[in-house]
Amino acid sequence: MKLLTLFLLTASAAFAQVPFERIVNADKEPGNWLTYSRDFQGHRFSPLAEITTQNVSQLKVKWAFQFPDERTEVSPIVIDGILYVTGPNSAAAIDGRSGRSLWTWKRPIPSDYHSIGFGHTNRGPAVLDDKLFVATLDGYLFALDLKSGIERWSAKVLDYKLGYSMTMAPLAIDGKVVVGVSGGEAGIRGFIDAYDAKTGQQAWRFWTIPGPGEPGHETWSGDDWKTGGGATWVTGAYDPELKLVYWGVGNPGPDWNGDVRPGDNLYTCSLVALDAATGKLRWYFQFSPHDTHDWDATHVPMLFDTPVTGAMRKLVAIANRNAFYYVLDRATGEFLAGKPYAKQTWATGLDSKGRPIRAPNSDPSKEGTLIWPNLNGATVWFSPSYDPQTGFVYVATREIGARYFKRDTPYKAGTFFPGGGEDELSPDDAWGAIKALQAETGELRWEFKLLSPPWAGVLSTAGGLVFSGSDEGNFYALDAKTGKPLWDFQTGGAIGDNPVSFTIDGHQCIAVAADRVLYVFGL
Amino acid sequence: MRVFSLTILLLVLCFAPAHSAFPAQSPSPQTPAPSPPDLAAAKIIFEGHCALCHGMDGGGGRGPSLRRPKLAHASDDEALKSVIEQGIPPQMPDAWYLSKEEIASVAAYVRSLGNVPPETLPGDPVRGKAVYARSGCSACHILAGEGAGFGPDLTDVGARRGSARLRETLQNPAKTIPENFLLVEAVTNFGQALRGIRLNEDTFSIQLKDQQGRFHSFRKTDLRDLKKLRGETPMPSYASALSSAELEDLINFLAAQRGNP
Repeated sequence: MKLLTLFLLTASAAFAQVPFERIVNADKEPGNWLTYSRDFQGHRFSPLAEITTQNVSQLKVKWAFQFPDERTEVSPIVIDGILYVTGPNSAAAIDGRSGRSLWTWKRPIPSDYHSIGFGHTNRGPAVLDDKLFVATLDGYLFALDLKSGIERWSAKVLDYKLGYSMTMAPLAIDGKVVVGVSGGEAGIRGFIDAYDAKTGQQAWRFWTIPGPGEPGHETWSGDDWKTGGGATWVTGAYDPELKLVYWGVGNPGPDWNGDVRPGDNLYTCSLVALDAATGKLRWYFQFSPHDTHDWDATHVPMLFDTPVTGAMRKLVAIANRNAFYYVLDRATGEFLAGKPYAKQTWATGLDSKGRPIRAPNSDPSKEGTLIWPNLNGATVWFSPSYDPQTGFVYVATREIGARYFKRDTPYKAGTFFPGGGEDELSPDDAWGAIKALQAETGELRWEFKLLSPPWAGVLSTAGGLVFSGSDEGNFYALDAKTGKPLWDFQTGGAIGDNPVSFTIDGHQCIAVAADRVLYVFGL
Repeated sequence: MRVFSLTILLLVLCFAPAHSAFPAQSPSPQTPAPSPPDLAAAKIIFEGHCALCHGMDGGGGRGPSLRRPKLAHASDDEALKSVIEQGIPPQMPDAWYLSKEEIASVAAYVRSLGNVPPETLPGDPVRGKAVYARSGCSACHILAGEGAGFGPDLTDVGARRGSARLRETLQNPAKTIPENFLLVEAVTNFGQALRGIRLNEDTFSIQLKDQQGRFHSFRKTDLRDLKKLRGETPMPSYASALSSAELEDLINFLAAQRGNP
């Protein structure tokens, strides 16, 4: 019997095929987690409901898996009982029943590779058909055979010697794999690329900093666009009906000295909606024009449809690093609602178009300017969650200010290009929270306070639960309706990644990594 | 005399590594003297390349604070230069773009953030030790292995604190509460009250040490009240308890405490 079970488990893994339609219809197979946010809409919501507010207190560790690298930020893909994980230039398939690896893949990191402004990390793979897609620090997109981890193809996306890198999970859509780049502190010119999933041929590129003759180039002057930043280091979302890819764009370069790049600096700190077939810009919305605080708009966008003033609208919501929550029409980019969800002192509000009204003296200065939030923002790269049952968006929120400084920074390829920096306030003056916001308005519904600003994303489930982690190692569950804490577990390591949920042998599991250990919990 | 010798020994042991970033006193004729560290240039490099994680003043942020005499990854100045040059994968990048001289300057600058330079002070360290002994300091502090570990360790206090800060702490301790030192008052759901120093805390639990050195651990749901007594300290002021001569002797003694080798 045991042998038969093993055979069936192995067989299901061996024959795993994930056509695009399976990902589009992710809700039909809630036991799997087929794309970064489980669905293309960026919800990080699991329809599984075996673990509930009534029984979550009985949650226990089923197994743990140790990564070779510390501080993993992975969000696993789960297909028919097999977990697919990544690390810096590495990937593995793990048996969901035992926690034992089935295959591993590793690519050496070149000795002259340098991460500029972040650690060696990778936030997860993507899957399409029979391939697993992994982006590497040294700038390659790899397609691995799902069954064996053997390389099918690789595509060179970027030149790491110029400060570019890749840390995000790719987004596999209909026949294409979309990737973004890191390097916003290195004076790169950012872009979003798509590659043919079967061959690895480049399908299109969208430059986030428009070149001469392109719309938006007038928001730069001289040659400053060449080092304008606009990294795209967090996985976007996709609307299969509108066939639009939604992707966040990072800060302009240099980060804290805006004097050398007058203008709005498009499309930095923006959400862009791209035609999935061509990569052409359909619309954009800039959250922080001429940013001088390093507030990348690199967040997972959440797509949902809900009535607004009586009429059903296709919406996209963003909880932004700049401490404002935004709701836009995702077909047109029209600004519909926006308000602060965390302490901020840099803007007195948003105008009718959603453009911030800057507070006086909010720019970095030679002596230092005290502003909330700090450079890591009111939230960062880790995922929010949209819960269709409550209609709430849950945001892991950082409440911390900093003194921002402006400095001169000459550009030197492949090195830091910051133009200043910050001194963040002491830990005693900082805190964190999970905040539940009404999705279409941003109204605060509840908040659960955390000892310190978090680095972990949020998972909501149909069992009425919200899961997240703390920097002190707590993995915990809250009541999705009220925010009341229902269960917590001390993992022993800082949690800086996004939880996922899936089934093993038909039973719901929750997975999260703490430092270098991936934990899988079940009843 | 023995104490004096020990102090001198400690001074020698503790200063030797700190000085090794600077030019040797008597370079051999064959070895060209290295150029002295350029701290002003190093500050610009630090702010441009290190401050993103360590803070503009080195006080920490995403990376650890460097404003401390002992650095976890750099036991001596050669190790510090090596860390700056090679980084600490995967979190800290290497500084491949800096010259050897720039690395030495940045290392000296980083050392300057956390090391209080020796001062010429009035007072007498031998008399200061006696003042320390009769003032009851060891009831709360460990110094060179002796005393109770309730308050901060004073074994290297002279490397961490200048004489002005030591004087301020002795006269008005609530004004100079150390980083990460927090006195708390917890009241359980059964009404039991307890004061102690916070040893650790997360969102769901807190761990304390009371003045008798006993450890206490609480789930926060088991506490009716948890007061964080910011700005409070169990240390009394010695402003009126000591004469000005005694105070200077004690400061001199404490300033000489540069840590274990």
